Amino acid sequence: MSEPVVVVQKLRKEFSRNRPVVNGLSFVLNRGEALGLLGPNGAGKTTVVHLLLGLTTPTSGRIVIFGLPMPQKRIRVLQRVNFASAYALLPSNLTVRQNLMVFARLYGVARPREKIAGLVAELEIVHLVDQVAGRLSAGEAARVSLCKALLNDPELLLLDEPTAGLDPDIADKVRRLLRRLQVERGIAVLYTSHNMRDIEAVCDRVLFLRRGRLLAEGSPVEILRSFRCDDLETLFIQLSREESESLPVESEAGPEEPSRRLPGTR
Amino acid sequence: MNLWRIWALVLRYTYVYRRSAIRILEVFFWPAIDLLVWGFLTLYLQQRGRELPSGVAFLVGAVIFWDVIYRSQQGITLSFLEDIWSRNLLNLFSAPVRVTEFVGATCVVGILKTLVVGLYLTVLAFFLYRFNLLAVGPALFPLFVNLLLTGWALGIATTALLLRWGQAAEGIAWAVPFAIQPFSAVFYPVSVLPSWLQPVAWSIPATHVFEGMRLALRGGFAWDHLVYATLLNLVYLALAGILFALLFASAREKGLLVKIGTQ
Repeated sequence: MSEPVVVVQKLRKEFSRNRPVVNGLSFVLNRGEALGLLGPNGAGKTTVVHLLLGLTTPTSGRIVIFGLPMPQKRIRVLQRVNFASAYALLPSNLTVRQNLMVFARLYGVARPREKIAGLVAELEIVHLVDQVAGRLSAGEAARVSLCKALLNDPELLLLDEPTAGLDPDIADKVRRLLRRLQVERGIAVLYTSHNMRDIEAVCDRVLFLRRGRLLAEGSPVEILRSFRCDDLETLFIQLSREESESLPVESEAGPEEPSRRLPGTR
Repeated sequence: MNLWRIWALVLRYTYVYRRSAIRILEVFFWPAIDLLVWGFLTLYLQQRGRELPSGVAFLVGAVIFWDVIYRSQQGITLSFLEDIWSRNLLNLFSAPVRVTEFVGATCVVGILKTLVVGLYLTVLAFFLYRFNLLAVGPALFPLFVNLLLTGWALGIATTALLLRWGQAAEGIAWAVPFAIQPFSAVFYPVSVLPSWLQPVAWSIPATHVFEGMRLALRGGFAWDHLVYATLLNLVYLALAGILFALLFASAREKGLLVKIGTQ
């Protein structure tokens, strides 16, 4: 079996002393796999993505991407990675084409014009290329952002709530598009969301986080079976509201405590 | 350092001007206003019989030279602010961009702005006041380069402060150059300053440049001013670089890069 794309070991991040946002998190992401990071606000999902991108440095723990340590080998790693987020906009005063051209050059894309032409056709945004990015609707901006994220044919795609703020129809289209691209291209995807539909539609495996800790891990079906829930949304609400320490994995045992790892998962 | 990535960033910051008449106007408007105010003030003083040595040349030359520092500093700082305003920092620094490439690109933007505005002011000064910048002589180029370096040092230090305090510190971007202006002997010689303030003035590279410019307009060539300005610039550039590296590392540690990138 090929080497995992991402290996995270005992990752911890504190912005204030003794108040970890990510607390002893370990996981692997394999080639061609779509892994969802699920959890309520403040679970640490976005921080994990920023740590993987080297935008934030870990307090302790280890991140290895493509066999290279992060953030030490940041530049080499980021050439094979890309990122899209509902919260990271492209410059609003540039046209879509200008934005894509800038990022194509930043990622060292050969024949950037041809690459952009191919991608905008694939993502059905040809009609948007000469529009100013600031005038796009949320759905159009999401597709343009995705287009930017595919410019360098990434082997690892980090998506931070890419469907946030989209209406259900557009969100569904973006999910389908993502799943298709992920399967066709064999991209490893790390997908953060608190939208259950996103996770069920796109992800092969889910890490459920709460307060920076891994609460459960497995496929969406396995997680539901384990918690005896009918759907992820109910489970999400139940776990998010669970403030007591009654859950089997959430005790004072510290970051070394094992999470609920489900059968058949690594 | 990858030159293609620097070129990509330069494109990003110059694309902004291709689409905005307001921004282009802003680039040319304020320098022209400065030139008009100082030029006509000098004409007035001459008419009142208080003729200055070399007439209008000192003040008009000072306006043009000061603008080199200002544009060079703004080239760096405004480029960074562009990415804060457009919430693009996350996309930018999640791409394989080295900090040195980012700073390098903003310095190039500073050079471009300085050249465009400098040329424009030079032409304007010639037609309005018959002031010929080339009268500075062979010192013109080294003096210009030193002003550029001073602007870079100020710009890098200002950007470092923006990294630390985010958009809340935006006012710094405009205030920093003017904080050194009264002590840089831009429009008057160092000897005008009180004696206790003169060492402060001599520790600013721009002071040596402006003193050198005045000397050059009188036909001299002040090698000592040029050497001092260059050495001081190298020291300040190194200090600004260290400050930027420290605050960038601190921003990554504290998550500020992400925070100011999405606010």
